[in-house]
Amino acid sequence: MRIGVLALQGAFIEHIQMLTSLGAECVEVRSIADLNGLDGLVLPGGESTAQGKLLRATGLWAPLREGILAGLPVFGTCAGLILLSATIANDDRRHLATMDIETERNAYGRQLGSFFTYADFAGERIPMSFIRAPYIRRVGQGVEVLSVVDGRIVAARQCNMLVTAFHPEITDSTAVHRYFLDMVKANKA
Amino acid sequence: MQNERLQLNRNLAQMLKGGVIMDVTTPEQARIAEEAGACAVMALERIPADIRAVGGVARMSDPKMIKEIQAAVSIPVMAKCRIGHFVEASVLQAIEIDYVDESEVLTPADDRHIDKTAFDVPFVCGARNLGEALRRINEGASMIRTKGEPGTGDVVQAVRHMRCIQEEIAALVSVRPEQLDEAAENMRVPRSLVEWVHEHGRLPVVNFAAGGVATPADAALMMQLGAEGVFVGSGIFKSGNPQKRAAAIVQAVTNYRDAALIASLSEDLGEAMVGINENEIALLMEKRGD
Repeated sequence: MRIGVLALQGAFIEHIQMLTSLGAECVEVRSIADLNGLDGLVLPGGESTAQGKLLRATGLWAPLREGILAGLPVFGTCAGLILLSATIANDDRRHLATMDIETERNAYGRQLGSFFTYADFAGERIPMSFIRAPYIRRVGQGVEVLSVVDGRIVAARQCNMLVTAFHPEITDSTAVHRYFLDMVKANKA
Repeated sequence: MQNERLQLNRNLAQMLKGGVIMDVTTPEQARIAEEAGACAVMALERIPADIRAVGGVARMSDPKMIKEIQAAVSIPVMAKCRIGHFVEASVLQAIEIDYVDESEVLTPADDRHIDKTAFDVPFVCGARNLGEALRRINEGASMIRTKGEPGTGDVVQAVRHMRCIQEEIAALVSVRPEQLDEAAENMRVPRSLVEWVHEHGRLPVVNFAAGGVATPADAALMMQLGAEGVFVGSGIFKSGNPQKRAAAIVQAVTNYRDAALIASLSEDLGEAMVGINENEIALLMEKRGD
């Protein structure tokens, strides 16, 4: 499996290390040429404003959006979740906007509001790091909620799109990445 | 500071990687920086070049001014306190700053650094070599940057510091295990920290470049030398076209190996900051704190 990891800004190396340990082949995506032959795409954590700006500057915005709309499996963490959100409650900016969810940015406040916890993801108890994290305020029809922490939706899936508000790539649990690779495998089959 | 909090603070620095952190002095500048794609801003009353020009004692900025910048942008906001001034740091923590820079750009308040393990808020500190970086990490810093020579537009010191840190890490990786005690003693840090670097071949925290970065090519140079991101202080808002230069530096950091792109990004940027050579300046900020 060949997984592209958006490498414009943020914690993309951590995703590459985790996916590689699970047997996937990874490509850093910085330009349109890097998109050839991908079976899946990861949108890492970082700053969504910076990544959104760079998506447009590099010309990646349109081909990525088309690919996702055509069914390319995609997994967004934190900023990646924001990039995929159709609506952002406290920000006028829209990025890829392919997933029918409404998100609130920096929903737990500033860095002092960042926290670590254990909670269930798709039925498995895993460690979760929330770093200046968003959460999902509302999901549309056909969106499956995969994780709820303190009454707030922090992981969800709609068809080929998987999002988490937390950062599985910086913990020692591979559960979410395995879940994503299963999505990729099912899509290839 | 609990272990968990330290980890979360290191994690925030991981999220800033591949990005540009820009010095700003007003909410308007902060908005320009955010629009240009900055991954964070450093709020301060005077940028280093002006601190040099004005002279005198440079202190923490007015909290009101920092709060106005916090209100203006959605990206993380950092602010500087003086080396050793733990009360300035606690003031910045009280207004919920995202990162405190215990900075040699301001006038030091003590010969020793802040015990950063006593705080919940994360700290970034400057370093010229591996020993200095590890001492700051041992004190609780969750991010390191080169000191460089701030406010000069002269990148040579940042280059020296980054090269030195990288070379000393490479040397530490190749020493025999029985030499680790001596290395720890020389660097005045616990053996466990030296062991970690020996095993992993990198710092246990994110390492950015800072000090004298003024052009897209400067930023890409620091990335090619191993920086994980770049601070740009005086270089942006002391230049002719801050908006364009800021966006160009952001793109150069992302595509730091693409010379053709950096060439086009470098066109028509207007005046760069004037700059002062390192041997023309009276005050060497990099010598502050060890």
